[in-house]
Amino acid sequence: MELVEVKKLQVQLDAFAGKDVYLHLETTNGSYASHFNKDFFNAGAFIRNVVINYELGKVVGDSPHRVGLKLPHGWVYAQGITHYELDEQGRLLLAGHDGTGKLAVALQISETPFSY
Amino acid sequence: MTIQQERHVLVVFPHPDDEAFGVSGTITTHIQQGTPVTYACLTLGEMGRNLGNPQFATRESLPEVRKKELLASAEAMGLTDLRMMGLRDKTIEFEDDEKMVRMMTDLIEELNPSKIITFYPGFAVHPDHEATARAVVRAVRRMKDRPTLHGVAFANDTLEKLGKPDVVYNISEVREQKMNSMKAHISQTAWMLEEMEHKLQQGDTETENWLTQERFYNYRWDEDFEKSF
Repeated sequence: MELVEVKKLQVQLDAFAGKDVYLHLETTNGSYASHFNKDFFNAGAFIRNVVINYELGKVVGDSPHRVGLKLPHGWVYAQGITHYELDEQGRLLLAGHDGTGKLAVALQISETPFSY
Repeated sequence: MTIQQERHVLVVFPHPDDEAFGVSGTITTHIQQGTPVTYACLTLGEMGRNLGNPQFATRESLPEVRKKELLASAEAMGLTDLRMMGLRDKTIEFEDDEKMVRMMTDLIEELNPSKIITFYPGFAVHPDHEATARAVVRAVRRMKDRPTLHGVAFANDTLEKLGKPDVVYNISEVREQKMNSMKAHISQTAWMLEEMEHKLQQGDTETENWLTQERFYNYRWDEDFEKSF
């Protein structure tokens, strides 16, 4: 993965607009967060292989960036994106890694389903 | 406490590396004693958050990395019967409960183990650990001749609620294999191993004990975590 360059990533986001694409979206603090700190309120969400078709995709802000996808009847967005990669299977993988390299958020789109 | 000879030992955990920390010394010892050991690992740890700094994997390439690490850990322990059960990390508690019991029952019926090692339900912190423990306990509960069931417990209230572990094995003779099993899972353990090294150099006895002892609780059927299922 490489650090997000807004202009470069924007081109990639544009390329998937108007197509049926499979979505992976997750955000997490890790399952042990409340084990190490009982006052920590641990919330997260995970979606995988839901099909969407966005009319407009946009990356904004300084790193960590925000990325939003506007759908005909709704929205998808992720906050905290630092890295991206168009992988060898043509899937656009966006990720937000914290200072220690831990994945905090992922937003991925692909024209074919992600593996199970 | 001496590690007894068994007919067959079945180890069930959800994540590659779960075996390394708590039980790899025990597994190695059983294998060295000639006891067949099967490790059923339910997922490939697909949701692991450690992707490295600099990165060595993406969310999509991580499962392959962790699969290789799991195989390397098995080799470090001398384990030849590794089962990858194909479930997905962080989803086990959402699977059909009866299906999970069936999966465990099938393994038990095939292998006829005299001892099973898994997590202790209620004291295993991670939702996948808890769901795995529940499925194993439920499967064993239905058996007429129950094998020995050893649970790994590490929740913060373990000592308060379960007391001290009633099974403590000295595994110092296979310390190196244990270390190699942990090192095999380097994508998840690098940070922890570094901290451990530091503590060992300072003569921290707790860390030293961790490399020389493994602790289990005999499952308490008289205090079963649920009445029936």
